Amino acid sequence: MELILSLGIGILVGSGVWLLLRPRTYQIIIGLGLLSYAVNLFIFSVGRLVMDRPPVTQAGVRVDPAAFADPVPQALILTAIVIGFATTALFLVILLAARGLTGTDHVDGEEPDR
Amino acid sequence: MKLSPEHLVIAPILIPLIAGALQLFLDDRGRKLKASLSILSTVALLAVSVLLLRLTHTDNEATGGRIAVYLLGNWPPPFAINLVLDRLSAMMLVLTATLALSALIFSLGRWHKAGVHFHTLFLLLLMGLNGAFLTGDLFNLFVFFEVMLAASYGLVLHGSGLLRIKAGLHYIAINLVASLLFLVGVALIYGVTGTLNMADLAIRISQISEANHMMLESGAAILSVAFLIKAGMWPLSFWLPATYAAAPAPSAAIFAIMSKVGIYVLLRLALLFFGNDPDFPDSPGAQILLYGGLATIGFGTVGVLASQTLGRFAGFSVLISSGTLLTSIGLVQTEVTAGALFYLVSSTLAISALFMLIELVERGQNMAASVLAVTMEAFGYQDEEMEDEEIVGVAIPRTIAVLGTCFAACAILLIGLPPLSGFVAKFVILSALFSPDITSQMDIIPATSWWFMALLILSGLATLIAMSRSGIHTFWVLPVDTMLPRVLFIEILPIAALLCATLVLTIQAGPVMRFMEATATSLHTPQPYIEGVMNAPRAAPPQSIEVAE
Repeated sequence: MELILSLGIGILVGSGVWLLLRPRTYQIIIGLGLLSYAVNLFIFSVGRLVMDRPPVTQAGVRVDPAAFADPVPQALILTAIVIGFATTALFLVILLAARGLTGTDHVDGEEPDR
Repeated sequence: MKLSPEHLVIAPILIPLIAGALQLFLDDRGRKLKASLSILSTVALLAVSVLLLRLTHTDNEATGGRIAVYLLGNWPPPFAINLVLDRLSAMMLVLTATLALSALIFSLGRWHKAGVHFHTLFLLLLMGLNGAFLTGDLFNLFVFFEVMLAASYGLVLHGSGLLRIKAGLHYIAINLVASLLFLVGVALIYGVTGTLNMADLAIRISQISEANHMMLESGAAILSVAFLIKAGMWPLSFWLPATYAAAPAPSAAIFAIMSKVGIYVLLRLALLFFGNDPDFPDSPGAQILLYGGLATIGFGTVGVLASQTLGRFAGFSVLISSGTLLTSIGLVQTEVTAGALFYLVSSTLAISALFMLIELVERGQNMAASVLAVTMEAFGYQDEEMEDEEIVGVAIPRTIAVLGTCFAACAILLIGLPPLSGFVAKFVILSALFSPDITSQMDIIPATSWWFMALLILSGLATLIAMSRSGIHTFWVLPVDTMLPRVLFIEILPIAALLCATLVLTIQAGPVMRFMEATATSLHTPQPYIEGVMNAPRAAPPQSIEVAE
């Protein structure tokens, strides 16, 4: 499971960084999307990979923390997803505005001289 | 229920949030109402910030100031969300509120009509800024950073136009990547220590095993990159001058403090996490801050000389200011930090005033003409017609005289000439650098101190050259067909107020410096901060509710 997760994060980051360095705005926004998936998975992985364990303990009962999943990273991801989604949507608006005003989808707003 | 002063701690976040949200219910026909609501809430913000400053500083001054902790949800300290107010946060709050009030008054002249939702975005930006200064844990720092950034994206684009869209696109893309790095850094630190509370982290970092050190340090490094992008350290700073120059004047004026948020976080976290470690000044982290800061001053100096428009010039002066502060943090000496804090306040006020002033000055000008003027000078091309004409003596119009005076004051502040506070700030940093207290610990004065001094003075010289050059072109060589800028009183008032604030800073340099020294001391000895947070008392449950057991 660790191997699959780390490979997945690696592939997402690799593709994301590559797309981010491309000159078209559409590629950038997809790259940012992939990167944010990778980061969310990464946050998930720092809470240790465990299966079939509840994240919520019972009140008033002394329990062994090792028998439970860490709920904090999951809460963090939830926040990060919401924020990432909002900022990506905002970026999409700018992207469309830039496309409309400059007439090109190059990130610098003009086609490079060939 | 009696409200204790502790509850004031959350007010700097709540006031702009509520006021900003209320504005959404008003459409643009109610612009007067919107404006008065914003002004009222910013004035309230300033009042609250000053009260909080008094709360932290005047109470038992000898014991390192008071740490006010606000436990949201009333959980015992290392858990859940808390807000922490100490001298540094209170100082930043006052600075933010001051800049906000002047930028807001300035915007009432014309800028707030340039697009929709200016007031909402502006107030939410303030909420993000205040939250970032007050929060006591890393993840909420991220959340407030995002609130601040999201609002700033809107403010950069306020007024629209091709230039803003282009600069805004780069700005947003870079900051989205920085946010992702922020998250990776936070996740790594959480993975090692199992906590996000800053005070708790400071305790746990000294206890982690040797095997985990590498992960912690990479986490801290990635986290720092996110803040260094915000602060504009070279080579992470190429976006900054273009964006700040493109942003509308009132937004740029408040952005002057946004780059200082990065500085604030670095200062706080570096000293809180690693301040107790005697090897920290020689560690790679501090060295990167030191040399990166020096490189930033150098880059800013070259940029200042090369800028053809005043907007870009102001952007590069932000870099010089950031570089100076980063170098001072990297030196890790209490006296230098105290001087840097004074410099932070002084330079932020000056740059903010400059951004607003530039817009007024350039209003009457043809943009292409001013670019051409600098270029012509560079190629040694003189305006020959000027010599032939017999100049009898031109009366300087009153507007130009006022603007020119403000411009000169900004120049004096940024260059660091006496009598204004820019001089005091640079002098304090330099004198701390070479004070016998520090130099006696070492056999020789380190080379970095000499470099820092040389760059600090050179950057002042470059600013002097650049500002006299553009000042002469703007105020003395008035081409015949130039229209005088139409300037409203409420637009010049905030600039004058900010400059007067630096004057007060100069006259009251003694007490202010004592405050800065106390702040720096408590930053370098974080034990009271840590204990203050970890031992924060919980509020008693309300009497009427029976605690179910």
